[in-house]
Amino acid sequence: MSAKKIVEPVIKGQFTYKDLPIAAMIPVPATSLEYKTGVWRTRQPKIDYGKCIKCLLCWVFCPDAAIKRLEDDSVNVDYEYCKGCGVCETVCPVKAISMEEV
Amino acid sequence: MARQAQERIAIMGDEAIALAVKQSNVDVIAAYPITPQTIIVERLSEYVANGELDAAFIQAESEHSALSICVGASLAGARVFTSTASQGLALMHEIVYATSSMRVPMVMAIANRSLNAPLNIHCEHGDVMPERDSGWVHLFATNVQEAYDLTFIAFKLSEHPDVQLPVSVNLDAFILTHSVEPLTPISDEDASKFLPPRQPLYSIDFDSPATFGTMALPDTYMEFKYQLKEAAEKAGQVYPEVAGEYARISGRRYWYFNSYMADDADAVVLVLGSTYGTLKVAARRLREGGLKVGVVGLTMFRPFPEKQLVELLKNAKSLIVMDRAYSYGGLGGPLYMEVLAMLYRNGLRIPVMNVVYGLGGRDFRLDEAEAVLKIALDGARRGRFDEHVRWWGVRA
Repeated sequence: MSAKKIVEPVIKGQFTYKDLPIAAMIPVPATSLEYKTGVWRTRQPKIDYGKCIKCLLCWVFCPDAAIKRLEDDSVNVDYEYCKGCGVCETVCPVKAISMEEV
Repeated sequence: MARQAQERIAIMGDEAIALAVKQSNVDVIAAYPITPQTIIVERLSEYVANGELDAAFIQAESEHSALSICVGASLAGARVFTSTASQGLALMHEIVYATSSMRVPMVMAIANRSLNAPLNIHCEHGDVMPERDSGWVHLFATNVQEAYDLTFIAFKLSEHPDVQLPVSVNLDAFILTHSVEPLTPISDEDASKFLPPRQPLYSIDFDSPATFGTMALPDTYMEFKYQLKEAAEKAGQVYPEVAGEYARISGRRYWYFNSYMADDADAVVLVLGSTYGTLKVAARRLREGGLKVGVVGLTMFRPFPEKQLVELLKNAKSLIVMDRAYSYGGLGGPLYMEVLAMLYRNGLRIPVMNVVYGLGGRDFRLDEAEAVLKIALDGARRGRFDEHVRWWGVRA
């Protein structure tokens, strides 16, 4: 059984109790790689690169390491794992990050 | 050899359980001593020390740890046994639920004893009742032979691929644990045939890693609990097949309950555990006097054998349910409340009374059993009882 096969129906909400492994056991390793927790998000950050000063405060404060630091110290958001908490928006000193409805 | 094993021996309940566990070829026993089950694990530790049983015997530092060790060992594929009573079971409580919810096969003997306070070491079912809703299969023995036989049946049922649940074998403190009774054991050969080495459906395996006991959030938790509900009900469905297989090797047939002349009885008394024997003798005496009484001793309390009990009780005119436990502030004892609900939803409107008896090991004698049966008969004649719940013999 592949990790993807187990995780996908759960994420999509298309399963019955019979489709789940017995007693919440996870029969294969590393299923979390397939579990894109970004789907929990109801709002998501949008970066205005015109305002960004590359201070990296958002990169430091993101509780889920979902702000990625690039070679030139600019940042982008890993939407597969960003849960939309909005900490980055709060700490940004130049208001370059705004939270938008998903 | 088989012939020798069929000879009757004299043995106390705890020793009979230990013998059955030895013959079941268990791999791991983890336990912590507590009266009145101590003799079970004492004998098992002797069997292991003497080389009569090839198993790991682990003395834990508490019952909570003992059951946790059992969970790990069972997940590793071992056939596992533990035993406890009263406070020990209460200390296990958290892991009791983990065991069934993680679908871990194992067998536990519970030497039913009252719970503190006041401190008391004697017979009561108040220790197992808090585990009623856990998903464990709960079997009750009425005598030493049953305690022995049900241990084999418990292993088989527990490891059944459609069940995969822990099973408890309940035996009354002292009345069964420490009483010497005649026992006809099965041969080691038959035992091994009935219980070949365990074939786990899944187990801890370094070559094929898996995760057990994970978290499940609101999106899946109810489905996992529904799996447990289905498994518990399945245990009731496969039980006759397992018990039937045991009957073929032992000649002793087990059912969801023992019943004595209950089919045509006007008045029936329903009970758990050893008091069935007392009531049976009393009922026989009253039958000799032409009084139509019957007695039922429930062997399987969880899953609850609703269909079979309704079928048995459909012609009864009155029913007394006896509880050796109580739900304080509730409607009565736990068995009574269950039976009331069962009768109501099956449209059986007969008068029902609850007799709460024997708490903390108070004796329930033959003359008292006769008196309860006569009250049941009176209820059948009059079509009603004067009270819902009577605390039998209490100085109130």
